[in-house]
Amino acid sequence: MIGVLALQGAFLEHQRMLKKCGVESVQIRKPDEMENIDGLIIPGGESTTITKLLIEYGLDKAILEKTAQGMPVFGTCAGLIVMAKNVANNNQISLGLMDINVQRNGFGRQVDSFEVDLPVDVLGAIPFPAVFIRAPFVESVKPNVGILAEYDKKIVMIRQGNFLGAAFHPELTDDLRVHLYFRQMVEDAKSAT
Amino acid sequence: MAEKGTWTVKKGLAEMLKGGVIMDVTTPEQAKIAEEAGACAVMALERVPADIRAAGGVARMADPTVILRIMDAVTIPVMAKARIGHFVESQILEALGVDYIDESEVLTPADDKFHINKHDFKVPFVCGCRNLGEALRRIGEGAAMIRTKGEPGTGNVVEAVKHMRQVMGEIRWLQNLPEDELMTAAKNLVAPYDLVVEVHKTGKLPVVNFAAGGVATPADAALMMQLGSDGVFVGSGIFKSGDPAKRAKAIVSAVTHYNDAKVLAEVSKDLGEAMVGIEISTLSDAERMQERGW
Repeated sequence: MIGVLALQGAFLEHQRMLKKCGVESVQIRKPDEMENIDGLIIPGGESTTITKLLIEYGLDKAILEKTAQGMPVFGTCAGLIVMAKNVANNNQISLGLMDINVQRNGFGRQVDSFEVDLPVDVLGAIPFPAVFIRAPFVESVKPNVGILAEYDKKIVMIRQGNFLGAAFHPELTDDLRVHLYFRQMVEDAKSAT
Repeated sequence: MAEKGTWTVKKGLAEMLKGGVIMDVTTPEQAKIAEEAGACAVMALERVPADIRAAGGVARMADPTVILRIMDAVTIPVMAKARIGHFVESQILEALGVDYIDESEVLTPADDKFHINKHDFKVPFVCGCRNLGEALRRIGEGAAMIRTKGEPGTGNVVEAVKHMRQVMGEIRWLQNLPEDELMTAAKNLVAPYDLVVEVHKTGKLPVVNFAAGGVATPADAALMMQLGSDGVFVGSGIFKSGDPAKRAKAIVSAVTHYNDAKVLAEVSKDLGEAMVGIEISTLSDAERMQERGW
């Protein structure tokens, strides 16, 4: 069972993708809803909104308790920002799970949002149809963070142990490969404990 | 090669706004209060609908200075309104770099027959509707997001409820029609046939659908969510109330936890004065903004 953080944003789209991957999912709005989940997806949306709602109902602490026990987390766009230890021009850090510096709206405003075929080695030879919407990018990473994809010399997909982050929106496509990759991370973490 | 302004990225931004509250603001200070309260976007205006209603006369696009100052003040998306059919106001808003344009009945229409051809723009558009046919006509013209019209600036949710129930009811009806009746349904709805077929197959609108026009309390917002809205616009309801920061925050929580009556009870406490409401039957036809649009 994978939880999808449902405070604000495109959580239904992630649930749709998980269903296609044959994975059961549940919406998470409060700490007590997290009990039975083996992994968590933090969706795209507004990172400021999601951060405030996370803290308001104590979900941040509940998530950190689970990640300390090895629960994998996957964040897309705003979710990636929520997972970062450092966000440029912003002192409100919410989860701080990944050793990365993130630039919000790194590619500009909505008129600069774009789609591109993105090479991602861990997903195979065929490029991934990546949708970037007012997307962030990762300015820098510590050596313990693996870079999975770059676009225009900017880091847009990363993995650090049980944490996966993407600046783009695989949930807005019909390509299941990123979600299948995360499913594998969740299965690996489960068999490790 | 990267491609900008595609249907996927236009529609996609609306997907990211779901479960959120978009608030009308008229100054950078108000925009900051909205962002601080957890708004997922703001609508930059010179006057909120209640003041537009009170002032009368012709309501136009806001001064670009007002919009730019608000864009500078916050990092969340900024929307702005253009008059129905006024594609040059929209060109100006696109050039300013606003994130979404609302082709809005709150402003005085600039064209009495035609809406903007929204496919011509890279910036996405949201449009109001009162029923499924109107929603599908706007989507056919290129709107990447839909909202109910409600009756703006009244603080009275009854029209938004009526429009949301109407759209949802017509979707359920369409879904259950046999395929051979869809062309006549399209004719009767005055809607594009291909979109009628799509709604019949999927049982939902092809784009995100928000509630707007009269939402004034956390309970109003949760009501619209339980009726099937993807999110909520609050226009005059916040900055025409006694304690805007607190009310804004309460409405944000109410939209996230719309099915949790305990949370709704908690956030509804001690909000101070709500905006003064207007009973719809006291408005003359000319005062009803929802009648604007074709």
